[in-house]
Amino acid sequence: MLREPALLASEARDGEAQPAWSERRPGGPKRTSGDGAWAAPSPQLTFYFLPNSRPVTIPESAASSVTESIAMRIEPSDSRRGFLAKVAAVACGGIATLAPVAAGVWAFLDPLRRKGAAAAFLPVTDLAAIPDDGVPRQFAVIADRVDAWTGFPREPIGAVYLRRDKGSREVEALTATCPHAGCFIELEGTRCFRCPCHNSTFTLDGGIVQPSPSPRPMDALECRVGENGEVAVKWENFRTGIAAKEASI
Amino acid sequence: MSQPSDGRGGPLRRLADFLDDRTGWRGLVHEALYERVPGGARWRYVWGSTLVFAFMTQVITGLFLWASYSASAQTAWESVWYIQHEMSGGWLLRGIHHFMAQAMVVLLALHLLQVVIDGAYKAPREVNFWLGLVLMMLVLGMALTGYLLPWDQKGYWATRVATNLAGIVPVIGPSLQKLVVGGPDYGHQTLTRFFALHAGFLPATLVLFLVVHLALFRKHGLHARQPITRPDGMFWPDQLLKDVVAMLAVMAVVLGVILVPAARTMLAGGEVDWGHAGAELGAPADPSQPYAAARPEWYFLFLFQFLKVFEGWGATGEFLGAILVPGLIMGVMFLMPILGNWKLGHRFNVAFTLGIMAGVAVLTGLALDEDYYSLWADKAKVAEAAKLFDETGGDEAKLLAAVGGDQAKAAAIAGQFHTVEKIRRSEAFLAAVKTARADAARAAELAGRPERIPPGGALELVRRDPLSQGPRLFAQHCASCHAHVDPAAPEAATILAKSSAANLHAFGTAAWMKGLLDPDQVAGPAYFGNTAHKDGDMVSFVQNDLQDADSWKPADIEAVIAAMAAEAGHGDPQAPAATVARGRELVASDERCGSCHRFRDNGTDLGTACDLTGWGGREWLVGIIADPTHERFYGDTNDRMPSFGKAAEGSVPRLTNEQIGLIADWLRGEW
Ligand code: FES
Repeated sequence: MLREPALLASEARDGEAQPAWSERRPGGPKRTSGDGAWAAPSPQLTFYFLPNSRPVTIPESAASSVTESIAMRIEPSDSRRGFLAKVAAVACGGIATLAPVAAGVWAFLDPLRRKGAAAAFLPVTDLAAIPDDGVPRQFAVIADRVDAWTGFPREPIGAVYLRRDKGSREVEALTATCPHAGCFIELEGTRCFRCPCHNSTFTLDGGIVQPSPSPRPMDALECRVGENGEVAVKWENFRTGIAAKEASI
Repeated sequence: MSQPSDGRGGPLRRLADFLDDRTGWRGLVHEALYERVPGGARWRYVWGSTLVFAFMTQVITGLFLWASYSASAQTAWESVWYIQHEMSGGWLLRGIHHFMAQAMVVLLALHLLQVVIDGAYKAPREVNFWLGLVLMMLVLGMALTGYLLPWDQKGYWATRVATNLAGIVPVIGPSLQKLVVGGPDYGHQTLTRFFALHAGFLPATLVLFLVVHLALFRKHGLHARQPITRPDGMFWPDQLLKDVVAMLAVMAVVLGVILVPAARTMLAGGEVDWGHAGAELGAPADPSQPYAAARPEWYFLFLFQFLKVFEGWGATGEFLGAILVPGLIMGVMFLMPILGNWKLGHRFNVAFTLGIMAGVAVLTGLALDEDYYSLWADKAKVAEAAKLFDETGGDEAKLLAAVGGDQAKAAAIAGQFHTVEKIRRSEAFLAAVKTARADAARAAELAGRPERIPPGGALELVRRDPLSQGPRLFAQHCASCHAHVDPAAPEAATILAKSSAANLHAFGTAAWMKGLLDPDQVAGPAYFGNTAHKDGDMVSFVQNDLQDADSWKPADIEAVIAAMAAEAGHGDPQAPAATVARGRELVASDERCGSCHRFRDNGTDLGTACDLTGWGGREWLVGIIADPTHERFYGDTNDRMPSFGKAAEGSVPRLTNEQIGLIADWLRGEW
């Protein structure tokens, strides 16, 4: 415990002058530096010579050589008043420091209240651009994007693979984002999909090829084909690394 | 350290004992807290601690600001706007950082004053005094560099001035300036460098010096105010309590500056726009836009005013005012501890410091007085002088004539001209501040639209905003002839009398058209009165033909007005479609307007009068501004209007198509 030197003065040994801010350390096991041996217990006195306040510790036996002249006047401490002062000091200091910290944390937490764009159908291409050979083709998804203060009008925001079977008007859409940890899945020739990061492999319709680091098949996206063959995909991001396909927030 | 570590006590206590045994933290804390305060705790000792507190506040808020700030010419203003207007609590964070910086400058002055008056700089504390002076310069350096970071007009222009002053340092000046600015021009590199200085080099150096400053302070102990009459106290808790109360007071003032205006709005029942609470954010920096409201931050205002003392001295004056004199003052301050050994030295030091502070106060006062003079000037007293000043332009001979040769009166009036000019300058400054505020608010509003700021930055947004650019372009290119004033405004008559072309306020509306077709107005200053068309066919038509109630019934005129307003896109949606249709018929008819004017497909040849097809619409306006001599408009009867969009081979037109569009949009009230 820290103790006020003024109180410690009362521990002075009878008949010995002791500076007001000294303290007595009864002998006890104390690790000395270096070899790790325990020093022999010997009572010690620590002096705080002021204005140079570096503590000086001397064996108690040498204390008598410290002259009376070092003893200086010190305001008698009323412990109750002192206690109140301490409480007040800590409280005021806390409040004063709280303002900048609170303002900083408040602003720092701002991203928590921001949400990604809601899933929406975005026009991607038209039917004619997707050969009906069952092989996926990669298309960019274009949309207006807002990044904090900047608005990017009509910018590629991601990629999808679109595929359709012979003679079909139905289009299957797979997001290029790997369900494992979010890398960009590539098409390996016309045989399969492979993620370059940890080699998850998927069939052309997005099915998982075991063994696989990916916990689930590629994420399919809702896809609409309009009257005039315009293909729109419901663009969505999903949480990665889990078996369930859940929209990320 | 005072208690036996006998392995007893609660787990917390045992952990504390364990740590103390290995680190000796109790001793360190003890050493930090049990500093003796000779003569007891005093309020006058709090300044150093409040400065440390202010600095810590700046570090904390600065780091959090850093988390969202982006230093580049296209993102600095934008990210600060985002912090201020979009992020929760961003305004508070920025407000604290902004105003605490100002508080720090005040605290520095108080600390310095206390140290000098108490003679705390004397032996053996000389080195610590010097360290303090270095710290002061570092803090001022941080204030200066921080001012630029939002990259708004205010910071941009103030920094240009400051760095140009650096450029006049003999020999190394130009290189120094280039290094600070990061190249020959202000831009990305200026921001990245200033940011590195502001958040890296300067604070790191400051911390280094601060540690030594504090260590030396503890080594020498507190310099007590003499004579010591009271018993000694302890730093903890006596002095610390006072320190902490002072810190709290400083923080309360800073928070007050931020929150009081908002609280007032709330109390008045208004809604607080938190984005505009706290620190100001000007319009984005624009090197192509004059900024008459440019002033340094208030604590550098004295230097700004001091430079005016040397006005007319050229670069020598600037060198004297901005570098030599401040340098000499700093030099004397560095010598203070040595001077202090001399018998009268201390008195000199105190007098010198007080003198400098008084000088700073006076110069700041003068600067403020010049800028805000018109707010407290007794304008009634100089009303006559002001009028004569406007009439004579300050010319003495003209003045003498104006007062009828009365020498004494002329002299008295001329004596007041100085005051009149001062009021005028102050009014111009206040107007510039007002414009700057409006521009700032508009820029923030534009940035806040859902489409956000274009990748090219907010300046792009501002530059293509008709509301803020329209009036500027109009003032620059059109206002020398055209008025743009609401005819109902009290000052309208004076403004119209000075104009030499039509008043374009509300051009294209029914009200404007109504005035044109009014025989009393058509030849007046708001229409053709001050132009070559004063005696033209249109004036004669309105004053004669249109007055023939048999051929032009009032309802016909109303119909024409409605049709023309509709043509300009300013039609009254409530107007009956039949009226508008009737109006169009009249306009097109070759017995009415159509006898001179082409209107849609009425077949009238161009060249006699302007084409009324799409009259007052955007395309029509852009066309006439670009080239009024085109046969669609005035052809060869064009009075004096320049073709703003046309240029001789190989040169550039006065206005780009985009600028002409901005003027047209602004005139049409579309933004
Ligand atoms: S991210 Fe695709 S396999 Fe790991």
